[in-house]
Amino acid sequence: MADKRLRIVVAKPGLDGHDRGAKIIARALRDGGFEVIYTGLHQTPEMIVEAVLQEDADAVGLSVLSGAHMTLFPEIMRLLKEKGADDVAVFGGGIIPEDDAAKLKAMGVKEIFTPGASTEDIVKWVRENIHPRQ
Amino acid sequence: MRTREQWFHETYQRSTQRPARFSTVSDMELEPVYGPQDVTSDFDRDIGYPGEYPYTRGVYGSMYRGRLWTMRQFAGFGLAEDTNARFHFLLSQGQDGLSTAFDMPTLMGYDADHQRARGEVGREGVSVTSIHDMARLFDRIPVDKVTTSMTVNCSASILLAMYLVNAEREGVPWERVGGTIQNDMLKEFIAQKEWICPPRPAVRIVTDMIEFCTRKVPRWHPVSISGYHIREAGSTAVQELAFTLADGICYVEEALKRGLDIDDFAPRLSFFFNLHNDFLEEVAKLRAARRIWARLMKERFHAQSDKSMLLRTHAQTAGASLTAQQPINNVVRVAIQALAGVMGGVQSLHTNSMDETLALPTEGAVMVALRTQQIIAEESGVANTIDPLGGSYAVEALTDRMEREALDYIRKIDEMGGMIRAIDAGYPQREIADAAFHYQRQLEDRIKTVVGVNKYTVPEEMPIPTLKIDPALEEKQVQRVRKMKQQRNAARLRESLRRVAEACRSGENLMEPICEAVRCEATVGEISDVFRAEFGVYKDPGWL
Repeated sequence: MADKRLRIVVAKPGLDGHDRGAKIIARALRDGGFEVIYTGLHQTPEMIVEAVLQEDADAVGLSVLSGAHMTLFPEIMRLLKEKGADDVAVFGGGIIPEDDAAKLKAMGVKEIFTPGASTEDIVKWVRENIHPRQ
Repeated sequence: MRTREQWFHETYQRSTQRPARFSTVSDMELEPVYGPQDVTSDFDRDIGYPGEYPYTRGVYGSMYRGRLWTMRQFAGFGLAEDTNARFHFLLSQGQDGLSTAFDMPTLMGYDADHQRARGEVGREGVSVTSIHDMARLFDRIPVDKVTTSMTVNCSASILLAMYLVNAEREGVPWERVGGTIQNDMLKEFIAQKEWICPPRPAVRIVTDMIEFCTRKVPRWHPVSISGYHIREAGSTAVQELAFTLADGICYVEEALKRGLDIDDFAPRLSFFFNLHNDFLEEVAKLRAARRIWARLMKERFHAQSDKSMLLRTHAQTAGASLTAQQPINNVVRVAIQALAGVMGGVQSLHTNSMDETLALPTEGAVMVALRTQQIIAEESGVANTIDPLGGSYAVEALTDRMEREALDYIRKIDEMGGMIRAIDAGYPQREIADAAFHYQRQLEDRIKTVVGVNKYTVPEEMPIPTLKIDPALEEKQVQRVRKMKQQRNAARLRESLRRVAEACRSGENLMEPICEAVRCEATVGEISDVFRAEFGVYKDPGWL
């Protein structure tokens, strides 16, 4: 299935409205040839997991700038597992201190991008690290 | 007379030029040099003197020779008592006014104990759920002497009611309470994205507050028309200018429809602009803003009073311009941005702390930011001369150009039927997203440089200390809120909320019923729930 286009949900959990980064990433991934579904703002973990399942996504990218990343990432991973979808790759970015990023990766988050990361690097990372779900 | 074109061909083109794109941070292309023929404005008609129409050079006659700008650092984190301590520290360090940052649940109309507040209590600002939190926040602060700014929008009516009820409990009558509440819902839909109900009811609540403050709280600024967040979302300087003024036009029109007299409320409208890195572009933006607003008020809305024509503004250095890489460099960025604000004639200023791209600021970082303003004020000498860049060919030409381009946008929004319709159509949102994407591309293609990010990078970053919010705070606040909710007079509370709902339906001004509900210990979330039930909930259209 090498020609299957990867489907990626770009999601904005939490209550804050910082969507500049999420939108830029969504556009860049779309321009990079992926199918991108952008959830819009103010999504709960339940809403995001629902979107991932409905869209049959291969990966979900979470943008968190509210400081709630240590609550939101684990909750989304837990819900994915509960729905039998823990093979969906979870990655993310935002204002996430290095030590928190390390903890999230230890929990199974594939990658955390922090301020200054280029869309080029992110697209390249997705191309190399995200594979279609079986 | 020798023209610039002659100079361009005969001298400039024969000189060396770096292979760079010479444009502002908003990518406005610049001439290599400006001369008298680039300035389209007329001195008497368009520039003139400070404190005189059209106020291009400043809203007051003596500007900073009369009074320096207000140094107002935005602060808020954790529980109300934590932020109260920061307030006392800032006042002790020579700051003149307070500025409150609330946490996301408070800003979005949820109580600390709501499911959606999990992980967010006290994180991005201070948690305020009820009148008791407001009383803790302003403990031992004389609310009749210190003016307070509150950055809150969709739940602003509730927070203002809490501030006023706290003042009355302190024995301070509403007429003596001074301050500003951001309360600019239009820019929420455009850029910052904090909302409860859709644009029309949201603007109705804003207009209720303008009407209420005009009649009952005359020293309060009921709306701070904000370009700051528009710019942070990635707009150009011209878009920031144009969309902000177009938002202002919408509020004026709505207030006039209520039967208010322009000269009764316009003097209490205030503004809030961003200060980005491009020094001359920012100075020009502030000068153009004053000139456009003065003319709009006089010519379009027929204001008679001079006070109605003044665009008084707070400004904040650009958070989005700060870098996580080599964060100490941010001190320099902030200094340049703050200098642009002062040379652009702002009335009040917040300087960001170097660590704000990493977390909320530490006390030490806030101190450097405040000292930056004090050095500009007391050491640099720029406050001695009013509008010191006025008359610069480059600055006047840029001012004229930004005015022209902003007026083009304003005309377009008028043609769409005003800002609410433009928002419904997604117009300003898309313009900003396009500009943000364009800028990101320019960074990645290295057309624009950000030091430490796409040039002059270092392999090993030197970490700086950052503020950590204790996760246990959330639990403490949640327990406190739950306990408070159990101890209230439930019948009185229900009746007060019913009155708010009734006012939502009847069109009666909402502020008195909300104040009464606050006195009955109604929370931010409970009153917001009334809005949700009566007006519906707005959902992000998710435009890319």
